[in-house]
Amino acid sequence: MKSGAIFTIFKKELARFFKDRRTLVALIMPGILIYIIYSLMGGAMGNAFMPDEDYIPTIYSVNIPQSVGAVFDAAELEMTPSKDISAEKELITNGDADILIIFPEDFESKIGNYDASSNTAAPNIEIYYNSSSTNSSMTFQTVTALLDAFESSMTNKFDINNSPNKLFDLATQEDMTAMIFSMIMPMLLVMLLFSGCMAVAPESIAGEKERGTIATMLITPAKRSHIAIGKILALSIMALISGASSTIGVVLSLPKLMGETVNIDGSVYGLDDYALLALVILSTVLVLITVISVISAYAKTVKEAGTYVTPLMIASMLIGLSGMFGSATTNPLLYLIPLFNSVQSMIGVFSFEANVVNVLITVGANLAVTAAGVFVLTRMFNSEKIMFNR
Amino acid sequence: MQELIRVEKLSKTFKLSSKQQKIERTAEKVRRAVVDLSFEAYEGEIFGLLGPNGAGKTTTLRMLATLIKPDSGDAYIDGHSIVTDAEGVRSKIGFLTSELKLEEFFTPNYLFDFFSSLHGIAPEISAKRKGELFSRFGIDKFAEVKVADLSTGMKQKASLAISLVHDPDIIIFDEPTNGLDVLTAKVVTDFLTYLKEQGKTIIVSTHIFSLIEKLCDRVGIIIDGKMVVCDKLESVCAGKPLEDRFFDIFADYTQSIGGEI
Repeated sequence: MKSGAIFTIFKKELARFFKDRRTLVALIMPGILIYIIYSLMGGAMGNAFMPDEDYIPTIYSVNIPQSVGAVFDAAELEMTPSKDISAEKELITNGDADILIIFPEDFESKIGNYDASSNTAAPNIEIYYNSSSTNSSMTFQTVTALLDAFESSMTNKFDINNSPNKLFDLATQEDMTAMIFSMIMPMLLVMLLFSGCMAVAPESIAGEKERGTIATMLITPAKRSHIAIGKILALSIMALISGASSTIGVVLSLPKLMGETVNIDGSVYGLDDYALLALVILSTVLVLITVISVISAYAKTVKEAGTYVTPLMIASMLIGLSGMFGSATTNPLLYLIPLFNSVQSMIGVFSFEANVVNVLITVGANLAVTAAGVFVLTRMFNSEKIMFNR
Repeated sequence: MQELIRVEKLSKTFKLSSKQQKIERTAEKVRRAVVDLSFEAYEGEIFGLLGPNGAGKTTTLRMLATLIKPDSGDAYIDGHSIVTDAEGVRSKIGFLTSELKLEEFFTPNYLFDFFSSLHGIAPEISAKRKGELFSRFGIDKFAEVKVADLSTGMKQKASLAISLVHDPDIIIFDEPTNGLDVLTAKVVTDFLTYLKEQGKTIIVSTHIFSLIEKLCDRVGIIIDGKMVVCDKLESVCAGKPLEDRFFDIFADYTQSIGGEI
């Protein structure tokens, strides 16, 4: 023997999870749930902020000049002359009407006589609306835009981007994807990978200790280091599956979450980008599993392990959040810090600015931390005080 | 006969928490579980460790099985030191105690193969061994049932078979019939006799006098972590039932330390 013990432990740990339907569902379910929840959220947010296209707004107006009325007619907005301003405001407050527009008397002549350099107040149009009502808010925006356009048409000296068929936003699909992915994905990946690790490591280490089954393994001739390595490798695979399930759920639901308006596509990344990302993710999972395993070995129960791991989870989330601001650091020394290095490397990969040396430093640092963790876990497996709570 | 187990002045103390100090009504911060314990066991014999609860029997066996380390002293299992060659010791012994549990999710069949693999046994040898042990204990009938769904007796039979997966020459059983119904207990005691006939060296700890009388060639009586008597069963009994002799020895020991029974 005895390196075969690593494979034996590895197979047993995988069998433990893959043959147990409940555990398997627990590993894969987060991805499915994320997809469903994010899609529903996207739909709900879309409904909340996008008006019904067939909706006919109720607009009351006072003193509407003919020239403005023509603009509104062209936009197929029907105006109802105001009869009782107070009652109509009440209707808007209650959500039964959308806006009330009050033009000054003799609006056209006032704007005709207004001298912008006179330092006097310009003729003012009052528009009453209800910001808590989606329809009222959207009607307000439409009307404001029409009035802005009307104002521009009176004093038009120049236009900006007034060529509907011409593309002025020079951002490529790659740029858009890079911007969104580099901002969101490192944080999401760290959180989802951490969740995956949390789902399996405490159960496998503290759980076996709590149930007394790990001692049965410890009296075999298998080296304790091999038991530790076998467990860490198997748990990493399971955490990766859980993380992959969640990541696929996020990526598939992102367009729905963003209302289909943002065109993002993971295919803009090449194989080399995915290879670097895979290295970073794999080494990150190894670090997380090892650290959580060490903490779990110290705990007497799965519940206690969960309590001990919570501060680490919060720290991971904060490190993940730090990735949302700014681009990846270029200081190679910072890539020696586990987890922070993973977030920075992911930002680099997602923004097409990955520095291969920094990514390799990340992977090397993470593997070094994993090796140190295996050493510590082996020592813990050898400690009767820790393993048998003496 | 060849000496297969030699225990030399084993000692072990455990720190007491303040809670344990209150429960045990003591100001001592440590409990001396085993004190300078020495004995030998020979090839093909069953050696019984007898003593009241808390005497140090289980601690002694856990040290022999390398689950815990002695504070001082050493023991040699077929020449392997429990202090310096724990892995060598583990490859030589089969250890069964109620503290060691089987993973409830798996079946006896899977677990037998798993532990066989951890011991580095070739699959064909393991399959043959599994056939023998499963047939002897009637495990065939529940080999594919998850441990979680087995009765206490079935679990004990499965544990017994798995502890002997590597056909060890030295077998250490801590309270092997504890919590078992009479039928399962008989299966276990008959099997211990069978193992002895096969030339195996067995150490059994128990506080059941009849089990010692029925099975053991030699017996060691442990009280307060100390080996008070260690000899052939006939010599210890000196013509009396073991139970009577034990209480005589216990009374003498208590008197010698100035205590009361």
